[in-house]
Amino acid sequence: MATVTYEKATRVYPGAERPAVDALHLEIACGEFLVLVGPSGCGKSTSLRMLAGLEDVDDGAIHIGDHDVTHLPPKDRDIAMVFQNYALYPHMSVADNMGFALKIAGVSKEERRRRVAEAAALLDLEPYLDRKPKALSGGQRQRVAMGRAIVREPRVFLMDEPLSNLDAKLRVQTRTQIAALQRRLAITTVYVTHDQVEAMTMGDRVAVMKDGKLQQCAAPRELYDRPANVFVAGFIGSPAMNLTEVAVDEDGARVAGTRVPLGRAAVRAIAAEGGSRATLGFRPESLEPVGSADGGFAVLVDVVEELGADAFCYGRLENGADVIAKVDARVPPRKGERLHFRIRPGETHLFSAKTGDRH
Amino acid sequence: MIGVTVVIVFCLAPFYWMVVSSFRRTSDIFDKSALPSPWSLENYTAVFDPDQGFLRSMANSLVVAGTTTALALVIATLTAYAMARLDFPFKRLVLTGIIATSMFPVVSIVVPLLKLFTDWDWINTYQAMVAPSLSFALPLAVWILTAFFRQIPIELEQAAMIDGCTQGQAFRRIVLPLAAPGVFTTAIITFVAAWNEFLIALSMTNDAAMQTAPVAISKFTGASQFETPFGSQMAAGVLVTIPLVVLVVVFQRRIVDGLTAGAVK
Ligand SMILES: Nc1ncnc2c1ncn2[C@@H]1O[C@H](COP(=O)(O)OP(=O)(O)OP(=O)(O)O)[C@@H](O)[C@H]1O
Ligand SMILES: [Mg+2]
Repeated sequence: MATVTYEKATRVYPGAERPAVDALHLEIACGEFLVLVGPSGCGKSTSLRMLAGLEDVDDGAIHIGDHDVTHLPPKDRDIAMVFQNYALYPHMSVADNMGFALKIAGVSKEERRRRVAEAAALLDLEPYLDRKPKALSGGQRQRVAMGRAIVREPRVFLMDEPLSNLDAKLRVQTRTQIAALQRRLAITTVYVTHDQVEAMTMGDRVAVMKDGKLQQCAAPRELYDRPANVFVAGFIGSPAMNLTEVAVDEDGARVAGTRVPLGRAAVRAIAAEGGSRATLGFRPESLEPVGSADGGFAVLVDVVEELGADAFCYGRLENGADVIAKVDARVPPRKGERLHFRIRPGETHLFSAKTGDRH
Repeated sequence: MIGVTVVIVFCLAPFYWMVVSSFRRTSDIFDKSALPSPWSLENYTAVFDPDQGFLRSMANSLVVAGTTTALALVIATLTAYAMARLDFPFKRLVLTGIIATSMFPVVSIVVPLLKLFTDWDWINTYQAMVAPSLSFALPLAVWILTAFFRQIPIELEQAAMIDGCTQGQAFRRIVLPLAAPGVFTTAIITFVAAWNEFLIALSMTNDAAMQTAPVAISKFTGASQFETPFGSQMAAGVLVTIPLVVLVVVFQRRIVDGLTAGAVK
């Protein structure tokens, strides 16, 4: 168990004009489950592989515990990694796959067998110990890959999209298992995914990346309630937050001809910036229906998505901007209908029109 | 099915004729009967006549082919691994160039080679036969092994390194076992080619004690000057083929497909 610290760690691939990971600064506590999330190509895997020692660190440093591991080879870092494609050793049985690291480390045969058996019991792999990986299902292979990591009892677990090859149902199931297992073992974990639901449900903290840069690192709730910029606001949450550019004055923002009150601090910040425009964000569930005379804005319904417990209405404002609203699933609106909504007070997010940062 | 039959008949017929002829007496060597009558071991006794030096030549062949194969495997494995893993400009071109070099006709380089080796005092040495064989074996060996190494996902090595291996250990414990079918295939091809090599071996030796088996067979002498010893040549041919068959059978069992199945996905 150990802390992990990225200190302005940077990776520039040879021939690339901009860094794949740009001055990543991140402190991960002992036993914490940290999720790295972001769109494809944002540098999640690269960050993880830098920590693993599979990728050079061109600038900055990485520490595990008190050790500077920036230039250590992978074998000296005491980490275990679960690869996206599992990377099981095809010529070894499941038991040998799981015990391989211990064998290299010179652990005695009895001890090895004991620890493999323990991990196998934890992961329901006992019936398969003598099989080769090719005789396993995808879910079983995934568990062998997990087993190979936990047998080690390393200081840090690294996982690169370990669930992306599973079907939807198994993915949800395994998600909870991994989270529970990690809490039980209390081993510091860095987990990479592009799925924000996975990120929000599993992580103690979630680090959102874009174009190699860290956007925000916070607890899931904080990330959801106070996104640090427009990108995080749009990325976290499903369906996505409504984001629309608005004119702002002392009274608040104007959205499709109606007035939306804003926090005083936010309004002052915009004035200080010398502008009168900003990006206003509000989540689909922050909208409540009102009567047509009660000062809400009108939305023309295009599509209604009914998910059983919830229903989402996709529509347009009068100025043409797209809007998503969560509506009562028992009485969903019909296509083509005109509804009026207002934003619940205090549930607005305001971002600078220039920098995209939160006001 | 017909194709298979044609191939089998086509490949086995000459060999069958060689075996049958080797058991005929010298007097009826030109018989056309399907089986020898009477059976005779006369030719085999003739082959082992110490004057022919056949056993000695078999040993020479073994040394030359064995050394060539061992060296070719070591060098080609390391080269091919580098070719498969390292990224450098014009890689395809280099690989194509390597394979192209193995296509020159041997005849064209025999004379310059002979001159070179005479200058070096290499005539009647093993290295005079091993070095050219090696240069013919390597391109194909590198080509085959590169293809095999390419099939092995790089994540496997990375996983091994995270599991505590050095790069060397990862190569030995993970990559090499998975490339084994390629290594054995290469071993067979190299060994057979070196074992049967004739032109170089003939040119580089004039001492009977250094001849390889194919050269020795070609120089068998009959009972009289005008008699070509077909019978004993056939018998020697059979004896020369046996080590190859044994080799192929032993190694073929290890050439199994799909060794990397189940590694990734
Ligand atoms: N070996 C490499 N050589 C050059 N560029 C690379 C290499 N690997 C990745 N990149 C680039 O670095 C950037 C980050 O890649 P990375 O694999 O970290 O993305 P990712 O966030 O893991 O994406 P995904 O979700 O698709 O796996 C990408 O723009 C990618 O094109
Ligand atoms: Mg990735």
